[in-house]
Amino acid sequence: MIGALADSYTYVLFAILMVVGLYMVAASANLVKKVVGLNMFQTGIFLFFVTTAYVDNGSSPVIPAEAAAGDRYASPLPQVIVLTAIVVGVALTAVSLALIVRIYDEYGTLDEATLREVRTDE
Amino acid sequence: MSETVEAALALLIVVPFLGATLPLVLGLVRDSVGWAVAAAVLVVEAGLAARGGYTPPRGGRVGPGLGGGACWRGDAALSSGESTEGFAVGIELVGDPFSGVLVLLVAGVSLGVLAFARQSGPRSNAFYSGYLLLTGALMGVALTGDLFNLFVFLEISGLTTYALVASGRSPTAAVAALKYLVVGTTGASMYLVGIGYIFVETGSLNMVDVSRILAGETAFLDEGLYTDPLVVAAFGFVAVGLVTKAAIFPLHTWQPDAYAEAPDTVTVYISALASTAAAYALARVTWFVFTPAFFDAGAANRRVLEFLLVLAAASVVAGSALAAVQPRIKRMFAYSSVAQFGLIVIGIGVAVHPAAGEQATTFAVYGVGIHLVGHAVIKSGLFATAGALAAATGARRVSEYAGLARRRPVLAGGMAVLGFALVGVPPTVGFIGKWYVALGAVEAGHWPLVTVIFVSTVLSLLYIAQIIERLYFAGVDVSPDPAGTGTGSPGETGEAVAADGGAGATAVATGEASLSVGMIALAVVAAVLAVVLGFTGSELSAWLDPVAAAVADAAPEVTA
Repeated sequence: MIGALADSYTYVLFAILMVVGLYMVAASANLVKKVVGLNMFQTGIFLFFVTTAYVDNGSSPVIPAEAAAGDRYASPLPQVIVLTAIVVGVALTAVSLALIVRIYDEYGTLDEATLREVRTDE
Repeated sequence: MSETVEAALALLIVVPFLGATLPLVLGLVRDSVGWAVAAAVLVVEAGLAARGGYTPPRGGRVGPGLGGGACWRGDAALSSGESTEGFAVGIELVGDPFSGVLVLLVAGVSLGVLAFARQSGPRSNAFYSGYLLLTGALMGVALTGDLFNLFVFLEISGLTTYALVASGRSPTAAVAALKYLVVGTTGASMYLVGIGYIFVETGSLNMVDVSRILAGETAFLDEGLYTDPLVVAAFGFVAVGLVTKAAIFPLHTWQPDAYAEAPDTVTVYISALASTAAAYALARVTWFVFTPAFFDAGAANRRVLEFLLVLAAASVVAGSALAAVQPRIKRMFAYSSVAQFGLIVIGIGVAVHPAAGEQATTFAVYGVGIHLVGHAVIKSGLFATAGALAAATGARRVSEYAGLARRRPVLAGGMAVLGFALVGVPPTVGFIGKWYVALGAVEAGHWPLVTVIFVSTVLSLLYIAQIIERLYFAGVDVSPDPAGTGTGSPGETGEAVAADGGAGATAVATGEASLSVGMIALAVVAAVLAVVLGFTGSELSAWLDPVAAAVADAAPEVTA
């Protein structure tokens, strides 16, 4: 049990990050915290991908000229995927923060419940 | 497939993306150049879309690619002595009859909505950049043959949609866009988790290769991976993610707000294409990556699919029922989309259900393909008509539609025709789509689903009949003068205008009618198309025949 946990603790971490992030998105009333939760959710997924790329004793996947068959390299594809996904995540965060700034300018609140009240008053 | 056709596939994605930079760059020199640039780019795009052959190659295993030049497929010995077994290297683009449906739809709708946008605005150059970006992303969703690439294009289309929804002046649009962003991103992330699971299990992201590996058709596997818990979980994540994007109950919450608060032009565009692209992606992944064989492989697989069907059925009922109680027109049509996509997901699920024979699968595939197109035409037409009526008269509520048929006979007629098409009255395209989905469910013996489909027809008649009754038969209890509506019911109209802001508010403020020929033309063209497509049922189903055959054979790709 302990051994399995030591080997695969990143997978456990992935599950925790994902669930905590998702919970924040659903439960937090603060819009900024929702976005933070979203980021945490995505970070969990990045961790998952990076973990799958890890190879015991593997070196970085830049193959030298004198490479021999059976050399161990970390898998480059998941890392490329994570890189792309990070870019997508940053763009999403930027757009969401821009929207939040606009909402705050207009209503003066970031709290979802207050926002709903303000809007029904209109 | 000739080289020009292959190049056309890549250009379909590249042209709008490059074109999206032009409104901003040329905007430095001249103001309001955006519409002209977008029109030019989209005419080129429509030409390219018409050129595509949509018959897949696959003889030499070389498809056109993105990112790394041509996608490379071939047998090569690796340094470790293993064979690549013809796996794809690079991102493949797939031009088959199924993606062709969506490509032609995206190209056509993008061009058509421009006619609406000319007068209705938003007129900033940045808006047209976003518009072209969205077009390119939707083309990417249609054409990509790579699971991760699909995620990227879904996110690009999502991001631009959020920005476009918020492009109206009203602050409520920003709130709606943020809600859409949070839910949409969560959905896309779910999809990414599913892709991660698939990648871990198969080591590939190419749709055809993943499908072959899952089926166990490779030398390094003794048997298929269908019953692997990770693969079943992967389908669950992918389905939940895409279903969120397609706005299926109970994950539809973002959609009515986004559709109702966005500027009219944006509503017309995204109602036709945003959910459609997600539903198409769900169909492609379900049919060609997982294939019917996956759902027949184990009890858990079957249960996941049945859960999806239950959600879809709930979506049909809840969407129709919620639509019937909405006082605001745009919200009513938005909820009706929830119901229509429930219908499409029912079709997607029925096609691969173990109980479905070849006949049921064929009907369900026809139904999904035709209803995707039909719904896009009908719903964008309805939103365009509603937008035009609002621009002409300021009416944005069902109650304000009283007697409008006398003042705007063409628009009211268009709305009536499109409304009946939505209900599924023959001979419209809405009828054929619904008919085939229902026929598929009947053939497969899913009687509860058949009941749901027919109940939904009655329910949709409920809200469409409300509108038509108001338009044609209601007495003129609202003053015929558009300015008079404001004084007649200050609370109602004032709120509607304030909430909608944008074009409506400016029109009222300046007292200028912002109805244009383009807006009426789009409404009329959509209404005519909804009827004309209804008479081309056999042509549409013949076009989809190879797709249906491939699904029935559990093949990973459509072959001519």
